Amino acid sequence: MDVEISLRVDGLEHRVLVDTRTTLLDALRERLGVTSAKKGCDHGQCGACTVLVDGRRLNSCLALAVAHDGAEIVTAAGLEATPADGLHPLQRAFIEHDAFQCGYCTPGQIVSAVGMLQEAAAGVPSVVSRDLDGEVVLDDEEIRERMSGNLCRCAAYVNIVTAIAEVAR
Amino acid sequence: MRAFRYERPSDRAGAIALVAGAPDAVFLGAGTNLVDLMKLEVAMPELLVDVHRLTSDQIEGLPDGGLRIGAAVRNTDLAADLTIRRRYPMLSQAILSGASGQLRNVATVGGNLLQRTRCVYFQDLTTPCNKRQPKSGCSALDGHQRDAAIFGASEQCVATHPSDMAVALAALDAVVRTEGPKGERAIPLTELHRLPGTQPERDSVLEHGELITAVDLPRLDFAANSHYRKVRDRASYAFALVSVAAALDVVDGTVRQARIALGGVAHKPWRAYEAERDLEGAPATEASFRAAAEAELEGARPLPGNAFKVALARNTMVRVLSNLTEGQR
Repeated sequence: MDVEISLRVDGLEHRVLVDTRTTLLDALRERLGVTSAKKGCDHGQCGACTVLVDGRRLNSCLALAVAHDGAEIVTAAGLEATPADGLHPLQRAFIEHDAFQCGYCTPGQIVSAVGMLQEAAAGVPSVVSRDLDGEVVLDDEEIRERMSGNLCRCAAYVNIVTAIAEVAR
Repeated sequence: MRAFRYERPSDRAGAIALVAGAPDAVFLGAGTNLVDLMKLEVAMPELLVDVHRLTSDQIEGLPDGGLRIGAAVRNTDLAADLTIRRRYPMLSQAILSGASGQLRNVATVGGNLLQRTRCVYFQDLTTPCNKRQPKSGCSALDGHQRDAAIFGASEQCVATHPSDMAVALAALDAVVRTEGPKGERAIPLTELHRLPGTQPERDSVLEHGELITAVDLPRLDFAANSHYRKVRDRASYAFALVSVAAALDVVDGTVRQARIALGGVAHKPWRAYEAERDLEGAPATEASFRAAAEAELEGARPLPGNAFKVALARNTMVRVLSNLTEGQR
């Protein structure tokens, strides 16, 4: 069964006909040619496919495209860049702190970090928060917990935490 | 993934009629578990009826001082709600213990309750599993048992319910509100999920076409002194080996009331009624907590591969209750 949907991806409007089985990730990569979000496990376990949908991070591999008609999607390629170097501050921090090796998980890591920082700024607690009702202080333990949905096969975690911590401050 | 039809009706009655009218139809919330199971072809629905805009995504106060949580409230929003954090902290902690930030951002309250077991055999089409395919056998009985139940299992199924949120809701005496072909009903959360018995393919008492519309939390003042602790093989993003949700009411060193539920140990969130009864009127000491935990665990029937859960559950209960007592001194 095919259904026509519209998606706004990194600021561009698209209308696309999708089979109901198509995930948001496959719609982006295979139908719209937007390859920033990556397919890792395809089961919501690795986070390589993370995108922002209507401002929130989610696993695009577990989202059916047909259920997201009209959604606003931002991938790592569409993050707001600073004019000086054309990079988002998190992208620059990942480069400066050597926060990747092969780079396959990196777009998902960066988008996830953008969403995570917004959640923390909105006061969303985590399970390691000392005070469930207090101000969120993004120390390394908090960052690790909040980023646990993004795996890195090269285990660049130490530098990923450092890069995110720099931007969080 | 098998082909399916997708419908997004404009009202609940229409959605319920669509599912009720087709034996292989299911409701779609966020789909974080369902879509995964469809990829594995563990689930092969012929029709998906999208209900994620058809129930409330708000948390409202009830006249008796309780709260009504709409079935479409996202897990992140429920955990972050200030009233929940202050009055029912174990519920926030339980939700935040589960899944990842990405999944919690979309997963709904209704969907969380109805997620399927993560028993490895349930998800592996190459092995027998009575829950996936009735009368095919249970591979866990002489297989991998680390995640299996120690309470209430049957010869046919030793799977556990994976939700953290449901464990806190069970301890809080939450009530699930539903709407279905036969009308509305209210089901105590502790009675929503079934023990496997001879029908392990049925996780809950819901009938085909019955939709969860909300979860009511009764007022429980001492739940402000509550905690959820989850023990697992990784520090984050893993299902529970054992978890404990507990609220404790201590006055002058004596336990007036306790609410305790365990996760990772049964086919449903396991309300520890035996331990609760044991604690009522007992001195709030580690010795009492240990005795109550042991009373509860007398009913445990572990398998060779998960016998460790008995000691783990006992120790986690003692630790959570002791910490809650310190919080009241």
